[in-house]
Amino acid sequence: MDDKKIAIIATKGTLDWAYPPFILASTAAALGYEAQIFFTFYGLQMIRKDLSNLKVSPLGNPGMPMPMPVPVLMQALPGMESFVTSMMKKKMKDKGVASLEQLRELCLEADVSMVACQMTVDLFEFDTSEFIDGVEYGGAAAFFEFAGESDICLYI
Amino acid sequence: MADQTLDASGLNCPLPILRTKKALKDMTTGQILEVTATDPGSVKDMESFCNQTGHELVSSNEEGGKYTFEIKCK
Repeated sequence: MDDKKIAIIATKGTLDWAYPPFILASTAAALGYEAQIFFTFYGLQMIRKDLSNLKVSPLGNPGMPMPMPVPVLMQALPGMESFVTSMMKKKMKDKGVASLEQLRELCLEADVSMVACQMTVDLFEFDTSEFIDGVEYGGAAAFFEFAGESDICLYI
Repeated sequence: MADQTLDASGLNCPLPILRTKKALKDMTTGQILEVTATDPGSVKDMESFCNQTGHELVSSNEEGGKYTFEIKCK
């Protein structure tokens, strides 16, 4: 059986950017793909045990739909980021969107391979005990071994 | 008729097919799984899921915002 492969590079660490890699990987796994996510730079935030620090900000994000327009200067005020983040989380909950923890758990259950970029772990001096179990550590070359054979390769 | 039912109401993409996949994993060939969902996207998702995994989409119905699918385990 020739399993199709999907490789995803996750480079962003905000709440809105964390969803696509987990959704795509879990869905791919459900469809029979072999999936691998390579977490690098801010994508490393997504594999922390505690995901409560993942935020979203309207600042510099003119594409974000807001219930009412908020001037940019106001968006920079203390507390706005946390406020917008909790509003988004609430909206997701109300609409039945899975939580990040749930999606990540589904990925792990579906044997999605999760690789953390050793270089950026060292760069940001992350304590690996902060990361979830099941994460391997590797570099670009290790990623290419899988990505080179992949049918779908995405940079998120 | 169905050997197993799965209620995916209130769940949005990708949960309906992820739960479906999980349910089918424990079923045997020929058994029917009945899935109910409220996500309109699930119609196309179920079709694609069955196309790509080889399970058979026996029926797909909609009634008052509730979608019901019958999937035969391959």
